[in-house]
Amino acid sequence: MISAYYFGAISLILIGLYAVLTKRNLLKILVGLSIMETGVNLLLISVGYVSGRTAPILTEGATPQTTVDPIPQALVLTAIVIGVATTALALTVAMNLYEKYKTLDIEKIRGLRG
Amino acid sequence: MVKRVLAIILILITGYWLANALAQVPFGADKMLVGKYYLENVKEQTGAVNAVTAVVVNYRGLDTLGEVTVLFIAATGVAALLWRKKRERTAKSEGSVVLQTGSKLLLPFIMLFGAYIFIHGHLTPGGGFPGGATIATAFLMLYLAFREYEIPHNVFEPLEGLAGMGYVAVGLIGLIIGGYFLFDWIWQTWQLGHANIGRLFSAGFIPIIYTLIGLKVGTELTGIVDNMVKEPKEGGQ
Repeated sequence: MISAYYFGAISLILIGLYAVLTKRNLLKILVGLSIMETGVNLLLISVGYVSGRTAPILTEGATPQTTVDPIPQALVLTAIVIGVATTALALTVAMNLYEKYKTLDIEKIRGLRG
Repeated sequence: MVKRVLAIILILITGYWLANALAQVPFGADKMLVGKYYLENVKEQTGAVNAVTAVVVNYRGLDTLGEVTVLFIAATGVAALLWRKKRERTAKSEGSVVLQTGSKLLLPFIMLFGAYIFIHGHLTPGGGFPGGATIATAFLMLYLAFREYEIPHNVFEPLEGLAGMGYVAVGLIGLIIGGYFLFDWIWQTWQLGHANIGRLFSAGFIPIIYTLIGLKVGTELTGIVDNMVKEPKEGGQ
């Protein structure tokens, strides 16, 4: 039986993938990408969890034997910032596309028609 | 309709495949290999109490340098894509009096809390990126409340570049003193703060680098907001 955290993370990734595959509005596709990012981050964090342990901050009371793995948290810190950066860049591209074509429907935008 | 059904089938197959793979990874079990080494040696080797920031800044400092570079390139890309001669705020109305007064009152508190987060990165949860994002939130609030507000560009853009160069300079000093890039010279060569691990003046260059990163992230996200709220002038182009 798979853990609820893994199930939730995989579900978020798949919901994002569904939005990317089927939605026609560019902003909805970007929302889907953000949801996928969130799912990936949640998955990374939950792989590093050790049941019954606290955050890896070694102040009074916490020893290396009572804390969770710090490495996934460091990786996710990096991944979140990169996600924000790519989202900002993609939103800018969406703004430019709207100014040029007056629509956000990707099937109406010339040059992207599949 | 066919497209949706196909997408759902594809997604269910992918989900089954992912779930099968993850069933091999037991949830909540102790899987630490390198993590154990970091946790056991973080206090002596870096002086930081927060193991995550020690990993981010000290053990895997190049990751953070790359991350800062990605954010810088994104901010530059946003500015380049939205570059026009005449761009200005196009909001039609001012914020209400309650909003304006409230944001004036809250501004110093948000700024102070952001600075607190990045200065205490080696002791409490947080660090440069959350602190910088909090400071950018304060400026976003000003942009939302005041129609005419604009950040002082001649202060912000040099500060952003200087903070980034400061980070690289700290790393290069480590290269000269210790032999490799991002060597923690304050902790390992000067041995400053060895007596007070867990207090503010400890952890070598982590607070310095996090202050630089906090300033850089704060100014960069504010710059992105500034670019996005401006639109080309009516009838212009």
